Amino acid sequence: MDFLTVLQLLDSTLRLATPLLLACLAGLFSERAGVFDIGLEGKMLAAAFLSGAIAAVTLNPWLGLMAGILASLGMAAIHGVASITFRGNQLISGVAINFLAAGLTVLIGQHWFELGGRTPALLSGGRFAPITLPGVELLSGVPILGPIYAELISGHTILVYVALACVPLSWWLLYRTRFGLRLRAVGENPAAVDTAGVSVVGLRFAAVMICGLLCGIAGAYLATGLSAGFVRDMTAGRGFIALAALIFAKWRPWQALGATLLFGLLEALSNRYQNIDLGGVVLPVQVMQALPYVLTVIILAGFVGKAIPPRAGGEPYVKER
Amino acid sequence: MTRMPPWADAVIVPLVSLIIAFLVSGLVILAIGEDPVRAMTVMVKGALGSTYGWGHTLYYATNFVFTGLAVAIAFHAGFFNIGGEGQALLGGLGVALVCLFIPWPHWSLALIGATVGAALFGAAWAAIPAWLRATRGSHEVITTIMFNFIASSLLVYILVHVLRPQGSQDPASPRFPTETRLPRLGHMMESVGIPFSKSAPANVTLFLAIAACVLVWFIIWHTRLGYQIRALGKKEKAAVYAGISPVRVTMYAMLISGALAGLMAVNSTMGEANRLINGAAEGAGFIGIAVALMGRSHPFGVALAALLFGFLYQGGGELSLETSIPRDLIVVIQALVILFTGALDNMVRWPVQRMFAAAKGGK
Repeated sequence: MDFLTVLQLLDSTLRLATPLLLACLAGLFSERAGVFDIGLEGKMLAAAFLSGAIAAVTLNPWLGLMAGILASLGMAAIHGVASITFRGNQLISGVAINFLAAGLTVLIGQHWFELGGRTPALLSGGRFAPITLPGVELLSGVPILGPIYAELISGHTILVYVALACVPLSWWLLYRTRFGLRLRAVGENPAAVDTAGVSVVGLRFAAVMICGLLCGIAGAYLATGLSAGFVRDMTAGRGFIALAALIFAKWRPWQALGATLLFGLLEALSNRYQNIDLGGVVLPVQVMQALPYVLTVIILAGFVGKAIPPRAGGEPYVKER
Repeated sequence: MTRMPPWADAVIVPLVSLIIAFLVSGLVILAIGEDPVRAMTVMVKGALGSTYGWGHTLYYATNFVFTGLAVAIAFHAGFFNIGGEGQALLGGLGVALVCLFIPWPHWSLALIGATVGAALFGAAWAAIPAWLRATRGSHEVITTIMFNFIASSLLVYILVHVLRPQGSQDPASPRFPTETRLPRLGHMMESVGIPFSKSAPANVTLFLAIAACVLVWFIIWHTRLGYQIRALGKKEKAAVYAGISPVRVTMYAMLISGALAGLMAVNSTMGEANRLINGAAEGAGFIGIAVALMGRSHPFGVALAALLFGFLYQGGGELSLETSIPRDLIVVIQALVILFTGALDNMVRWPVQRMFAAAKGGK
């Protein structure tokens, strides 16, 4: 494997990790506030569809992004109403959202474009274009550093950089602001937050909506950044890989970056090589595809460092009367 | 808060939720420019208007009875088994191995063998999440989701590298021997003189599904294990105080759940496809969630809900042939049923509760 191949592999790792990272951070906000969310997949799918559709109609990826975020926020609102307002089962609500998105995107897509659930392929105008960072020319003569800068760091769409920026931003918001402290508290001990006179319902809704916003960006990136247009079921389990990454990262932002990059690398490897020869032992592609899930189960089992979810996660808060 | 009578909780609340789910589905059909009344007529005619339609409806319903019971028994123990899909895939592997590698003299013996194979493999796939839940406290929802994905990768690998006959491009096992072919409902009805479509896939497994309903009902309400399962599901601390071992009961409940999900493959893989194909569970594992929620985790309710979803599946297929509404409409209806009878349950329950309280106060 030569240097350029490694660079290309890492480059596609970054691209493939981006939607995972955004969805993982989305889940982080929701679950840290005590609202389990297995509907990341559905929210991303809804966002991917609407952003692809609107970008195809208007030829403007930014309008597509807005529409995608709106779609995802709509789904997040359903989750909020079901699991916070009506104190329903958060897991069941998540399952419902996944199916709702899977069905509605095809139903509306077929009615709208009559392409069997796809949206029209986006021409260059409808997609987010790669950005060449300043200094690529300048560094092009430098060995190693030049190609790394040009191939790996520069040349991504804006949403990749947005996703990366979301990591320190989330960390700062969660650990350095009053809002973040309260948000984490509401996921651990909502009664204490309530006693302090802060609205549990309000905080949880805020968290669920931030989750919707980030899933919206993730979905829009799938349809208008990574690919050119929406195809049915285009999230293909990414919402669940993000969920796995969230557990892998033990609900922390920087670790989420690490986990999603690892899972992105696994996806990049399985896209590039059908079978990997490890000196006599041949790893079939299915092993690479199953690896994120296997790793997550091992982490969940607590054999390699225990993953402890937020304490009040999954339980609706009932104020004592 | 005053309590409403149990029959109201068991009948009125799910019924109202279901009506809302279908009204919203009607609105969705209107929104994509189609006529909901016509859609309904096409579905009823396609699913119930002929013995061919009934044969398909009952075939799908058989699948959903198994996966619905699987989710239901886990619900009774306080667990949410989303892994029905993966367990059903493994059940299919069990059926395929039993049918391919054991020379069966007669279908009835093969049916017994396949039932055991499917149940064992399905239970085995539930065993690891169950054990992790029972002893390490790992949340079963996440582990069973992960196991769904692992199962699908495993099945693809086995189909492509192990079971695929030489020279075949299709990732599927060879056909099962003819001795293992299960009699279809049409053939069975013919022997008692009732004309019934022989091309429809409903088969003898339907009776296995009915037996499973009775068995689950018996286990849950008439055995010591069932009592322990329900006690664990209601309040773990109280169950432990009463001397119930949570590890043991968790394992039993989840293993039974996995076995039931695996049994679905007897119907689909052995009764219909006659070979193991890729993605054989067809999402039935997830429909089990909707079925169990709608049926309030009671085997009788599960059977009714499975029949309704069987009707939706067959009717939805006909709908996509006769109108321009895609088959995916059923996925939307399924989602709305899960949403309204499951997650938004209290939206209906609270007003009904208030109504009962007001009626009592007025007396």
